[in-house]
Amino acid sequence: MRLLNRTAGRVSRHRRSKLAGLVVMLLGLVLTGGLYSLLAPASAQQTVSADEQVAQGRELFLVGCSFCHGQNGEGVRTTDGNQLGPSLVGVGAASVDFQVATGRMPMAQPGQQAPRKEVVYSEDEIAALAAYVATLGPGPAIPDESDYSLDGLSEAEREEAISRGGQIFLTNCTACHGFYGSGGAMPRGGYAPALDEATPKEIYEALLTGPQQMPSFSNGSLSPEEKRDVIAYIGSIQAEPEYGGFSLGALGPVAEGLFAWLGVGALVGVAVWIAAHTTRTAKEKVDE
Amino acid sequence: MSIDTSKVADSNRDEPATASKPSKVGAAATWADERLGLAGLAKKNLRKVFPDHWSFMLGEIALWSFVILLLTGVFLTLWFNPSMGEVTYEGSYAQLRGIHMSEAYASALNISFDVRGGLLMRQMHHWAAMLFIAAMFVHMMRVFFTGAFRKPRELNWVIGSLLLLLGTLEGFTGYSLPDDLLSGTGVRASDGFMKSIPVVGTYLSFFLFGGEFPGESIIPRLYAVHILLIPGLLLALVTAHMLLLVYHKHTQWPGPGRTQENVVGYPMMPVYMAKAGGFFFMVFGATALMGGLLTINPVWKFGPYDPSKVTAGSQPDWYMGWPDGALRIMPGWETHAFGHTISWNVMLPIIVLPGVMFTILMLLPFIESWITKDKREHHLLERPRNAPTRTATMVALMTFYGLLWAAGGNDLIATHFHLSINQITYFMRVAVFIGPVIAFWITRRWCISLQRHDNEKLLHGYETGIIMRSAEGGYSERHLPISETSAYTLTARERDEVYVPESETDDNGVVAPGSRVERLRSKLSTLMYADNVQKPTREELEEAQHHAEHVRELEAGLDHPASGHEFDGHNLHEVSDEPLRPGH
Repeated sequence: MRLLNRTAGRVSRHRRSKLAGLVVMLLGLVLTGGLYSLLAPASAQQTVSADEQVAQGRELFLVGCSFCHGQNGEGVRTTDGNQLGPSLVGVGAASVDFQVATGRMPMAQPGQQAPRKEVVYSEDEIAALAAYVATLGPGPAIPDESDYSLDGLSEAEREEAISRGGQIFLTNCTACHGFYGSGGAMPRGGYAPALDEATPKEIYEALLTGPQQMPSFSNGSLSPEEKRDVIAYIGSIQAEPEYGGFSLGALGPVAEGLFAWLGVGALVGVAVWIAAHTTRTAKEKVDE
Repeated sequence: MSIDTSKVADSNRDEPATASKPSKVGAAATWADERLGLAGLAKKNLRKVFPDHWSFMLGEIALWSFVILLLTGVFLTLWFNPSMGEVTYEGSYAQLRGIHMSEAYASALNISFDVRGGLLMRQMHHWAAMLFIAAMFVHMMRVFFTGAFRKPRELNWVIGSLLLLLGTLEGFTGYSLPDDLLSGTGVRASDGFMKSIPVVGTYLSFFLFGGEFPGESIIPRLYAVHILLIPGLLLALVTAHMLLLVYHKHTQWPGPGRTQENVVGYPMMPVYMAKAGGFFFMVFGATALMGGLLTINPVWKFGPYDPSKVTAGSQPDWYMGWPDGALRIMPGWETHAFGHTISWNVMLPIIVLPGVMFTILMLLPFIESWITKDKREHHLLERPRNAPTRTATMVALMTFYGLLWAAGGNDLIATHFHLSINQITYFMRVAVFIGPVIAFWITRRWCISLQRHDNEKLLHGYETGIIMRSAEGGYSERHLPISETSAYTLTARERDEVYVPESETDDNGVVAPGSRVERLRSKLSTLMYADNVQKPTREELEEAQHHAEHVRELEAGLDHPASGHEFDGHNLHEVSDEPLRPGH
């Protein structure tokens, strides 16, 4: 007993040390981490049943999404009648996959635009969220790669698909996204984002679900083949070399005008340089 | 200082010059001279003297850009097919293969992808056009800010303004020719502009397009205008502009030995031949670099024109950006009367405003000479600070222009600076009216302060950077008189006189005719001159000199620079015989 008291006393001598908090915390972390790795089920390897996935998605939804979208995804209105978060009934798994896998959701703050940013959830979590939201009402499912891939087409068919997609792109997309998909302004601080980072799957999902200010292009207005063609065209311009040199952001005449004035500035500099060198200058100006 | 001239030129002293052994070149020149009489002309003009200053070379940038435009333009005409006939594209650009388009667009693609060097030529042509107009602007600013437009050069100012207008039109017609989606949108917009003119608008549009937009005539017609009519006019006016320059002789900055009657500088041959020729190659090189490295007007990205399509970022080239900006911020006003619609929202910003602005620009020299009643010839330039109201007027106009210009890029400002396009529009609607007033006021006061600073330099000398400590322990900065050359240059300007109208009524109390106009003139003259700081009088200068000499005597031996190590023994080098701020 005395021995124990002595040890306790020795330990308690150090309890006011600066490092005590840190040591205790580290001990706690090692303990919980070790226990978790011992006891936790190896979920990554296991296939989760659909019901479990939905349940997991609901858990995540309640923590990360329900504040704005409501506890059952019914949407939340603010006291002055504005929409804090829209209802998610019927938006489908494609919408969740697009919004969450590009980092647009969860939003950092309410605003005119949910910008593309770092992705918060893991792939499994996104799948779980999508599975849960899909149960709220029927909506578009996450597209499969076979929906937008040009595999199985001959070279000539591919070329045709790309140029057809280009015409669809110029008719339907450039009014907001710009002639080269560089993005464009929308009212009140919103914008149509640049398409240079967009993957084929994301474009397909965006077409299906019409995120934010974008209209949705249902299969009735733009058939799956046409969607595939647009995606192929966007892919082709993403891969295209800059034929004319630096593209200056592919923003059109405003950027070109800026560079023209830089050019004139440089030429004025040349004029100054020429005028500073008179006929008899060797290196230094002659003092008269 | 003396130069050893023996190495520079031979002199035959008292002996008359004798012809050396006749050369073949000389014989050819004689042959030509006997038939064309060129020697007299060349003798006079090759020795013509031009003053040397960088700001006198700005117009040259425009001239050389124009030459590049002619050269590259000829190349493009060899391949371009100005036709709106429909073809199916089968060229090298895969994304457009199999698409229906006009022959004009197909040939523009052909030049870009299948003609060797074609894309480089297209891009050089376009960059040169952008530089051409920008250089004309810079040149115009220089002429205005230095007062080089005053008598006898008012008409040359008018010619220059016309060149600017024609250059803009030429640029616009060239922009429209490839018949891609962007240029077609521009043509569509100009169709709308024309139609906004009351009564005659629709007729004008039908005449230009040969029927309803787009028709099949507009591209061939614009082509004729672009490669024949306007270039011809431009060439003629450029020639007139330069003949007048030679006739008037070039203006020069004031300085010792420079008067209203002479021109101090170097002769055309060989100095300016070399300089101007070298400058041409520099401009050519810059344009070639830009054409080779920077994409301009990538027509293949736009696709063929189709009235059902429009793209975000549809903007005109920069020189049309400011009316576009006015159009973008204009509230949507319309009047409906007698079954007709008057579109103020289109007509005011794009038809009325450029017309008014251009008229103001052309009239600027005449407005100034009307206010000042100055009918003397001016060959010596004025520094911008010595004409504060003139300088401020141009800065106000530039501010107005610049704000509208920015409004023309409102969508890109919104996306790149994370702003709301609506807020930009509201801001600009106010700023285009308030901004120029603020700019005018600030510039005018700034110029007057600079005038005051010049007078300080004249009367109290320049600041040497030597801090003196007096016996009482007070610190002051040592001033030294500026050199005579500097003093001459600073005082080589005229005194401004505010115009005071003669008595408005005669002896019998009858109001003189036109007295209201005279009163306005007097008010404007007061605005223009009353606040200016005039140069010191002779008495003031002499007194200042006496004072300076007196101080100098007291402080004799203190006129050398200090190394800062006089007393700590760390002198690295001797500074006592170095001149103090040479050039003052």
